[in-house]
Amino acid sequence: MTAIDQHPAAAFEDNDQKPVGHGRMLRKEDPRFIRGKGRFCDDVQLPGMLHLAILRSPVAHARIVSIDTSAAEAHPKVKAVVTGAALAEMGLAWMPTLSGDVQAVLATDKVRFQGQEVAFVVAEDRYAARDALELIDVEYDLLEPVIDVRRALDPSAPVIRDDLDGKRNNHVFDWETGDEAATEAVFAAADVAVTQDIVYPRVHPAPMETCGSVADYDRIDGRLTLWSTTQAPHAHRTLYAIVAGLPEHKIRVISPDLGGGFGGKVPIYPGYVCSIVASIVTGKPVKWMEDRSENLISTGFARDYIMRGEIAATRDGRILAVRTNVLADHGAFNGVAAPVKYPAGFFGVFTGSYDLEAAYCKMTAVYTNKAPGGVAYACSFRITEAVYLIERLVDCLAYELKMDPFELRIKNFIQPEQFPYKTKTGWVYDSGNYEPTMRKAMEIAGYDELRAEQVERRARGELMGIGISFFTEAVGAGPRKDMDILGLGMADGCELRVHPTGKAVVRLSVQSQGQGHETTFAQIVAEEIGIPPADIDVVHGDTDQTPFGLGTYGSRSTPVSGAAAALVARKVRDKARLIASGMLEVSVADLEWQKGSFHVKGDPSKSVTIQDIAMRAHGAGDLPEGVEGGLEAQICYNPENLTYPHGAYICVVDIDPGTAQVKVRRFIAVDDCGTRINPMIIEGQVHGGLTDGVGMALMEMIAFDEDGNCLGGSLMDYLIPTSLEVPDWETGFTVTPSPHHPIGAKGVGESATVGSPPAIVNAVVDALKPFGIRHADMPLTPSRVWDAMRGAPQPPI
Amino acid sequence: MPRITVTVDGITYQEDVEPRLLLVHLLRDRLGKTGTPIGCDTGNCGACTVMLDGMSVKSCSVLAVQADGNDVVTIEGLAHGNEWHPMQKAFHEEHALQCGYCTPGMIMAAIDLLRDDPDPSEETVREGLEGNLCRCTGYCNIVRAVRRGAREMSQRSMPEQTEQEVRTP
Repeated sequence: MTAIDQHPAAAFEDNDQKPVGHGRMLRKEDPRFIRGKGRFCDDVQLPGMLHLAILRSPVAHARIVSIDTSAAEAHPKVKAVVTGAALAEMGLAWMPTLSGDVQAVLATDKVRFQGQEVAFVVAEDRYAARDALELIDVEYDLLEPVIDVRRALDPSAPVIRDDLDGKRNNHVFDWETGDEAATEAVFAAADVAVTQDIVYPRVHPAPMETCGSVADYDRIDGRLTLWSTTQAPHAHRTLYAIVAGLPEHKIRVISPDLGGGFGGKVPIYPGYVCSIVASIVTGKPVKWMEDRSENLISTGFARDYIMRGEIAATRDGRILAVRTNVLADHGAFNGVAAPVKYPAGFFGVFTGSYDLEAAYCKMTAVYTNKAPGGVAYACSFRITEAVYLIERLVDCLAYELKMDPFELRIKNFIQPEQFPYKTKTGWVYDSGNYEPTMRKAMEIAGYDELRAEQVERRARGELMGIGISFFTEAVGAGPRKDMDILGLGMADGCELRVHPTGKAVVRLSVQSQGQGHETTFAQIVAEEIGIPPADIDVVHGDTDQTPFGLGTYGSRSTPVSGAAAALVARKVRDKARLIASGMLEVSVADLEWQKGSFHVKGDPSKSVTIQDIAMRAHGAGDLPEGVEGGLEAQICYNPENLTYPHGAYICVVDIDPGTAQVKVRRFIAVDDCGTRINPMIIEGQVHGGLTDGVGMALMEMIAFDEDGNCLGGSLMDYLIPTSLEVPDWETGFTVTPSPHHPIGAKGVGESATVGSPPAIVNAVVDALKPFGIRHADMPLTPSRVWDAMRGAPQPPI
Repeated sequence: MPRITVTVDGITYQEDVEPRLLLVHLLRDRLGKTGTPIGCDTGNCGACTVMLDGMSVKSCSVLAVQADGNDVVTIEGLAHGNEWHPMQKAFHEEHALQCGYCTPGMIMAAIDLLRDDPDPSEETVREGLEGNLCRCTGYCNIVRAVRRGAREMSQRSMPEQTEQEVRTP
């Protein structure tokens, strides 16, 4: 692999031309974005386009008695008003969720969360559409809401999902993993066992761009074109075909530039379906763009796991077993975006980076009167929760044993020679070399000096904390034998076409939301086939233009689609070799590949470049027998396993004893994602994820009052970090390639979001050690830290 | 309906607008200046930041009629032909954008903060950009970019100034 200085002092002047292959390369995407020439969903303007606005429920749980739309219909600019009853006549009032539950597109019988879609208006402009919403009169018959997830299964709790046949409670599913009896036996015999209740509060991915769509249904040829904010355009197309009964070859989903996704743009939201219906009904293109409040209260939330964790160990710090009982709040409809056989996502990796004797998890998921969601916000299918649990528990154990949390971790790491390592919950980690990664972070941080400083500061009454998190991620879903979403196998396609003049186009089934795919996939292909990245265009997001695949989430682009890109390039190279053998009149075995050209072994002067071959493939003259013209290939890559990147994070916080304000002073993140395709882009991914971590650990929460009013429904209340709340990030890396991946690369995009919250919370709890505190729940806002310092119960969430 | 005259990126428009029309919607929906996006509904995110008579404003919090007789510069008016503004170049070179959604507002706010301090410290940049949210970058590369852009802008006006190292290792 090309070794390129990963952080040169000066940017490449002609950066598109070099490097060929892996290394720091400036982004091909940037020129349009820095000039305001990106094309986001709301930028789409079509002739005659109408605007759609959605009327939402003001209450969490109520029967709909009546809806009067007459005043709205009389508005001079209104073209249509549609209620759940109207949708029901079309058979579209309900739609399947990604977990096989159903979700109301527009409420018919009752509303089940505040902000739920009740009716929509289509009007000539967005102002008129909003005006008309005010003219719709809905009469609600209030029902008691179920808000506290801990009481959702009480026999007296109101049944939220009375739409489901025979449903008499709010139970969604039970799930377990690991060996209960074996774990019980280890706990019974262990020297030490620590139990800790740990809450991962409900948060929201809140991408800068909210969700929206523009539907354009052509009544003459029956074709639907849908621009929409989707991370999984192909999967959405198939689901629309199933939901709306439209033939799939007549549906074109275009996911244009996305202003961030973070998992919030994986599910199908009612708004998308409404815009399709509106275009079919009016015969005009119809745009729907939600505002920020709608995004926060109605689109996919993240987390909301109430966990009781237990960890067993010997007195000298050998961790033996972990056990947990989880109560999962899924909101009113089970809309979790996860592979079908994994209703709790990949939470099973909660055994973390440690070599245990036993582990067991039992989980119960329930309905509450809140928006659906759960899997989002860079969680890698619940690994945020799993890593938070184990990394908090290890710190609780360190507290109990009076051991340094660093030493406790080092003592229990899975060793490099144990890989591939099968965990006690059945996950097979591909590769890892944990201790050097941990030591590198300690070295950057100056861990010993920090501890010495902490002793001095404590003596002066100052509150300084040092928190460690060491995580193992599981990304790249996944092997189709057991991973699918609604029956669609989690493989990804890639197509490479080399034009006669040696320029190329790569078509991906995944969809970037800012992760730089247009740059890095050109780099992957360039490395394999020797065409400069500037000569390779990357196309994604248009289902008419790209091969089928499941989209970008779960950090799966590099593991799955990245593998596909490398392999499709090798397939084209194999064909190029055949053509080269004809051109040079030698046998294939006599050819040697040197990036960008084939030459005759022992005679480098006899060579043909990939560009020469491309012209020959399309041009005049015979090709070797059995070789078709053209130079292109397509594959669909089925990964044999996930990739398991890891990382060591260290956080240093200072807490103001007078205000309980937590300041993240330093944050050191050392990530190992195997082969690094573009270090600059990885670093940016890590910075973004660490900022998520600061948000979740210290600021963000979607809370509800007892009536079910959402208390985090705008950026006035749902606080996300600004430039002032985050430090200058310090990053480093080690390289432990994935043995099963064609270029040894693992996913990384979500690592920092997964790994950083426990480091920050561990640091805050460490700072509060003088108060005798072993745990405090996120978000660690000043008021909650203040309460924790005084031993007062923190406010319930 | 009031008629307003407004210059946007060097072109003067006369538009009949409802008094309640927000400047950001005038730019986007009427004038096709979709480079300026919308990220929130409470004035927090700053994605819609443009220059109004040389001062940065959140165009979601300004009525179009308030821009009557004024000069508006959006992200689309920054480059001269194919020559990017130094701040645009710096954002590219420091990888200060990912999804690109906050970028137009961030660049406009960054240029504005340099009016008060042409050679801002890291802390000054962070304070100056507090009104602009970003979900992708974690701000670190934005801070580097703004300082780099500032340096390049002042080099243009003061060519004798020696180059300073902006990048931290």
